[in-house]
Amino acid sequence: MSAQMTESRRRFLQGMGLGVFTLAVGGGRIIQAAEAGDLPEGFAPNAFIRVGPTGPITVISAYLEMGQGTFTGLATLAAEELEVPLSAVEVVPAEADARRYANPELAKAGFAVQGTGGSTAMAGAWDIMRKAAATARAMLLNAAARTWSVPAAELQVEQGVIVHAASGRRAPYGQFVKVAATLPVPKDAAVKARDAFRIIGHEGVVRVDAAAKVDGSAIYTQDVKLPGMLVAVVAYPPRRWSRVRHVDASEALKITGVAAVVELPGDDEVQGGIAVLSPNTWTARQGRDALVIDWDTDDALDVDTDRLFERFRTLAAMPGTVAVHRGSAIGQVPDGGRSFEGVYEQPYLSHSPMEPMNCLVRMNADGCEIWNGEQWHTADQAAVAAELGLKPAQVRIHQVYAGGSFGRRANPRSDYVRASARILKAARAQGVDAPIKLVWMREDDTQAMQYRPMTVHRVHAATDAKGVLVSWDHTVVGQSFFKRSSPTAIDSSLVEGASDGHYAIPNYRVQQQIPDDVAVPVAWLRSVGHTHSAFVVETMMDEIATSTGQDPYAFRRALLDNAPRLAVVLDKVVAMAGWKQPLAPGSAGSRRGRGLAVHESFGTYVAQVAEVTVHEDETFSVDRVFCAVDCGTVINPDMVRAQMEGGIAFGLGFLLQGISFSGGQVQQGNFNDYPVLRLNAMPEVHVEAVASSVAPTGVGEPGVPPVAPAVVNALAAITGQRHRRLPLSPGLRMV
Amino acid sequence: MISFEINGAHHQHDGDSQMPLLWYLRDERGLTGTKFGCGMAMCGACTVHLDGAPVRACLTPVAAAAGRKVTTIEAMVDQRIGKAVQAAWVRHQVPQCGYCQSGQVMSATALLAVKPAPTEEEIDAAMSGNICRCGTYQRIRAAIQDAARELSA
Repeated sequence: MSAQMTESRRRFLQGMGLGVFTLAVGGGRIIQAAEAGDLPEGFAPNAFIRVGPTGPITVISAYLEMGQGTFTGLATLAAEELEVPLSAVEVVPAEADARRYANPELAKAGFAVQGTGGSTAMAGAWDIMRKAAATARAMLLNAAARTWSVPAAELQVEQGVIVHAASGRRAPYGQFVKVAATLPVPKDAAVKARDAFRIIGHEGVVRVDAAAKVDGSAIYTQDVKLPGMLVAVVAYPPRRWSRVRHVDASEALKITGVAAVVELPGDDEVQGGIAVLSPNTWTARQGRDALVIDWDTDDALDVDTDRLFERFRTLAAMPGTVAVHRGSAIGQVPDGGRSFEGVYEQPYLSHSPMEPMNCLVRMNADGCEIWNGEQWHTADQAAVAAELGLKPAQVRIHQVYAGGSFGRRANPRSDYVRASARILKAARAQGVDAPIKLVWMREDDTQAMQYRPMTVHRVHAATDAKGVLVSWDHTVVGQSFFKRSSPTAIDSSLVEGASDGHYAIPNYRVQQQIPDDVAVPVAWLRSVGHTHSAFVVETMMDEIATSTGQDPYAFRRALLDNAPRLAVVLDKVVAMAGWKQPLAPGSAGSRRGRGLAVHESFGTYVAQVAEVTVHEDETFSVDRVFCAVDCGTVINPDMVRAQMEGGIAFGLGFLLQGISFSGGQVQQGNFNDYPVLRLNAMPEVHVEAVASSVAPTGVGEPGVPPVAPAVVNALAAITGQRHRRLPLSPGLRMV
Repeated sequence: MISFEINGAHHQHDGDSQMPLLWYLRDERGLTGTKFGCGMAMCGACTVHLDGAPVRACLTPVAAAAGRKVTTIEAMVDQRIGKAVQAAWVRHQVPQCGYCQSGQVMSATALLAVKPAPTEEEIDAAMSGNICRCGTYQRIRAAIQDAARELSA
């Protein structure tokens, strides 16, 4: 792009109160605050690639970067096909546009949206982005061939420079963008052969966002400030779904800097409350705390999780809707065989990313603009349009970095996004015409529900006289994220990980029981149904193995003949961990043991072995975790390692945390009562990926499911005690 | 009127003296590298240095900074230890979402200023107040040790 164009974009962005960050980091470059909609004219062969006369090549990301490394992955695919170094590519987020940027993998699952989730970004971009970049390369080569009057077949690209060896001519891509823009778009541009990859699958590729994320310059929603902007901090009721009966805002309005107090109207999907507006977040919060609100609790949530677990346990013992059923001897115990039964309880979980939810909205002459760590682009766009009486095309979404998400920002109800639009609307009705940034305090974020559903699982299994697993009867009780088409429709996001299990068990049944009347909104959390199903399946498998005197590895391995990719990661992790050798003893008074788990999710196969020490004081430590992963073609080996390490840390949190309700009130609010893994408890993690040439699958989620069962299996190996309830009791503390 | 230094520049604040330094830095001074995570000193995302020592800015009123020197992530690039820590963070590809990393870098820099060769236990003690939900802890440990080696070379 020309210097002039770059300058105009910079001015545009500074007008927004944003900076432009173009940081060379030995690897890629990124202009996080810039967007596809602001791109200068240039060669635009498709929706994903822009090549200007000078400057870096722009890659347009339909996906959110929330830490999972997607921007770096997309830059890698494009740089590979364009024959440029990664540092010659910059990634900018796409605007919301379902026509151009709908997620092809989510569409297969029935979600026709532009969004990021289900570990789909690299799986979807593998074909699309490589083809887009290969098409751009082919057109630039054709343009050079025409300009130089030589056959395109005689041209090569070296680091972004087109070379005609026979005549010695050389010129960078930028010189051909004008001609290339006039050429037809080839439909059959070939992508590179695997053996020619220079970047894909290689070590040493640096994240394009690393430098901006260590010097404080990366911009998140929390950091965007517009001229005249007011921050909204909201008073929410102690019991959700309460309504405002009366508010006395007189003390709040006396606070210097409080600009206005407005009602955030609620409904079944968006929690209402009272918003205090101020240019300063602290002042808004002080104002919020000074409000005196009389809440009408007639329709307030009246949930008690102890009672709900009791109800779920009852449901788990009743016939449900069958998700999968094979074999004619469900529940039958052969002569000499054994029967196993387990009831498993897992709580609601909060996503609790480091950046509490927030969203900035501004009206303009054409409609409105949203700044958000946007994960569910077109759904939020439609929701905001409906709130403000606009057409979706009039809602322009500026996607910025998300300070984590773990699924929270892809909210089917667009809860916090719609709340910000409602506050803006209410403020305008009071004559306050300002951009509004809704900022949730940590407690607001923890208590806004949208939780991973609490579940009760019941498994009844049987082995024959030889200890072979012959029957598995499994009922899952939990809420659905969505209204289902009928009461008997199967919710795969509830039963996944059980209904699609890979073990060869001749008699196999999974049923669901979905209580549709529980008024706690639930949603997906990193690895979705697998968060709870893997814990149940993999701890019960272990229990059966050890109770019948079988090695947990050999027992599982014998049932994986029809699941070769799962068998390979299982074999690999056992080799990595030295499973067959005894574990080195710990210090005097401590006891050590190992646990194993293996699980497929989102098409990626992961096996983990956890080494655990139970200390003399009955606290325990997870010392090391070995992790073998098959995610198909590895695009970036270090990113795969990072996502497995992070998934393990996230999954270890399940041992510690849970959301509970008493009298309709959420009992947790901040990291003091909703504990997450901290550095002192982080195990040493060793990751190895299986070499593979099949298409890549995601790595953001699949590292999560196996670790909690692996650790609980290790605890059982040490203490003989089987834990079927999470979080673990406070007496069993992880240190 | 409260006077203090931020990243070497003199500042005066005549507003609410009880305003947490976090919100003064972010909303009044535009220094957004210091992050809001919990508001009760439980997560460390807001860590800054007050006369070189790490403090949680979300619970430190501006009044506590009177006559003192506040240093934020934005100034680390100009400091020997801070710069080495940032470079190690990139070498080890620590950040994922990145939101907590300003606080992590500030805590690590403060640690290395007083413990040039920290033990595992000292790293655990100094860094366990900083939450990273992406789980980059293993790399944080390695990067601190690497930075310590670089700085002693």
